[in-house]
Amino acid sequence: MEERKEDKKPKNRVKMREQDPLVRARNFMEVPYGYTPEEAIEEASRCLSCLNPSCTKGCPVAVDIPSFIKLIKEGKFIEAAWKIKEENALPAVCGRVCPQEIQCESLCILGKKGEPVAIGNLERFAADYETEKGEIQLPEKPKPTGRKIAIIGSGPGGLTCASDLIKSGHQVTLFEALHKPGGVLMYGIPEFRLPKAIVGKEVDYIKKLGVEVVVNAVIGKLYSVDELFNEYGSDACFIATGAGLPMFLGISGENLNGIYSANEFLTRANLMKAYLFPEYDTPIKRGKKVAVFGGGNVAMDAARVALRLGAEKVYLIYRRSEDEMPARKAENHHAHEEGIEFMLLTNPTRFIDDGKGNVCAVECIKMELGEPDQSGRKKPIPIQGSEFQIEIDVGIPALGTRSNPLLVSTLPDLKLNKRGYIMAEEETGMTSKLGVFAGGDIVTGSATVILAMGAGRKAAKAINEYLKWKYWDTSGFAKTE
Amino acid sequence: MFKIEKKEELSDLVTLFEIEAKDIAKKAKAGNFFVLKIHEEGERIPLTIADFDTERGTITTVFQKVGKTTHHLGTFNKDDYISDVIGPLGRHSHIEKFGKVVCVGGGVGIAPIYPIARALKEAGNTVISIIGARAKNLIFWEDKMRRVSDELIITTDDGSYGRKAVVTVPLDELLRENNDIQLIYAIGPAIMMKFVCKTTEKYNVKTIVSLNSIMVDATGMCGACRIEVGGKTQFACVDGPEFDGHKVDFDLLMSRQRMYIDEEKIALERYTV
Repeated sequence: MEERKEDKKPKNRVKMREQDPLVRARNFMEVPYGYTPEEAIEEASRCLSCLNPSCTKGCPVAVDIPSFIKLIKEGKFIEAAWKIKEENALPAVCGRVCPQEIQCESLCILGKKGEPVAIGNLERFAADYETEKGEIQLPEKPKPTGRKIAIIGSGPGGLTCASDLIKSGHQVTLFEALHKPGGVLMYGIPEFRLPKAIVGKEVDYIKKLGVEVVVNAVIGKLYSVDELFNEYGSDACFIATGAGLPMFLGISGENLNGIYSANEFLTRANLMKAYLFPEYDTPIKRGKKVAVFGGGNVAMDAARVALRLGAEKVYLIYRRSEDEMPARKAENHHAHEEGIEFMLLTNPTRFIDDGKGNVCAVECIKMELGEPDQSGRKKPIPIQGSEFQIEIDVGIPALGTRSNPLLVSTLPDLKLNKRGYIMAEEETGMTSKLGVFAGGDIVTGSATVILAMGAGRKAAKAINEYLKWKYWDTSGFAKTE
Repeated sequence: MFKIEKKEELSDLVTLFEIEAKDIAKKAKAGNFFVLKIHEEGERIPLTIADFDTERGTITTVFQKVGKTTHHLGTFNKDDYISDVIGPLGRHSHIEKFGKVVCVGGGVGIAPIYPIARALKEAGNTVISIIGARAKNLIFWEDKMRRVSDELIITTDDGSYGRKAVVTVPLDELLRENNDIQLIYAIGPAIMMKFVCKTTEKYNVKTIVSLNSIMVDATGMCGACRIEVGGKTQFACVDGPEFDGHKVDFDLLMSRQRMYIDEEKIALERYTV
């Protein structure tokens, strides 16, 4: 029986059904529908159950991928979800937003000849199945250690670190500056890519594990880090505040009405649900002609949100060519499908005022690619005299973020690098301040959800070691300054 | 959830709340502000911290009913709860002994100028205060302001109380008659702050203003509150809210404050109907 099943293994992966591009471009519902149980079993059956699997090595939090896929194959969906949760507290999130194509799936042996197993889709399936059935299993309560940990920031890094440390028996408090926990999962990633109800459920799971979540707590303002140690009695602290400050183009007219940082545009739409205005109180400009500047995942998200808010035209303006775009392939593909107009090798030079303080056009210049620059990508060079104007009523620079000094500026004994990010040892997250660990975007600059989760995992491990030995040696990273 | 400990109607449009927020009260300083969100569907709006009481664990705010959120907030009563209160935010005022200073509060700006005047007074300054509003019924905290000022001047646009003048008239006189004024603090509507700065510029007296831009997160993350100071873009929430008034582009500030004027109208109409 087993043998014959192997023979019938379909060559291509089971595609996840999606909303029609032209329909979904006008609503905020999730793009892919998720697998049915039959589809999930079919896809899971493609897995060769390698004796020496590589996929797991590609996972920053080391999920036991072959085991959970095997459970799906056997129809044990809930057990599959529990298996993932042994290593990953946010499976429904990761199944949706991880760049699997450059992680686990890139190492899948099937990928050598055809398509790798759709590990991300299967992870999502198992997690959603568990949530839907409501059979959330909590691991056995560990023996309390009496140690207290403060975690600053409830994004993917903070949530992962919290769930690891609570399982070690520590008392964990998660401080969030905004009114809802989840960090970038709440304010940054749009509803159609990551429904907020799903983030809410994953956060609830972490609360059920025993993590205390304190919202509306801007650390550095409301409490200082020293107070978290001295007054709240924390034994260690993990800083995972994310990157934060938006970058702008620095061109004239950028403060006109209608120009938003991608952070603001997405925060209004996602966290504040401005797309439901006036049922929700937060307004957002529903541009008819919208230009987004940048080529990363955030630019794609902003462009696709603008479309869903009713724009007739959404331009994605990027100064390099499509090959250099940092966005995930899937996001790029989705944006194309939905009708986002890509204007490549184009750079904005100024925004034009309609005379009433609103943007009415953007002037751009054509670019050509020259020799590779510091990033290794071909450097875009403006073509003199190629300026032209595009009519727009909303413009969104999506150029990445800088370090937010709000917290770190209150910590003079915390070493920062030249760009203002926290210097932390890569393997442990140890910083120059005793008992303080850091990870995620506030250390690396803008990166991904799963990398922040990986940093949270490493820091949790290192915090456990630190609590045992109280050993603090930062000579390792001090040299890298 | 944050409980309203006290409500006081200062005028038809201006309301005072004391809100239980023990930890914020402990950290608040003159010049700080906070953000609130009144319910699940609410927007985040910045409001001034007009006072704080460490012992009672409360912060005091004074707001004018302008848009949907402030009108709705005005219907809250003592013992009601506000869903989210976040603070203290922004850089606090830089207080030292300057000598003779003038504090100007216009309209609802009287509230945030009060803790600054008090702090300046406590630091040993001679404090002359000017408070002004459109009409008598919009003047509040006269007694509180008098207690922390060596001299208090009251103006109303319509002359229904105090001098019939805008605040810049007595301010100009003060500057003309006193060449030892070291610093001006001005908080009020953007247009008032603009004209205060025009007045004080003539006398070359440093003028600090507190800017009330539109904000969302108010922790530097979004840039909704950006303004230009000395030709450079700044975020009012984290770089301010206080800035050197002579360098602020007030026209840009006012234009940006009007960004959602249509949406505000829709929301307010929908709320009042």
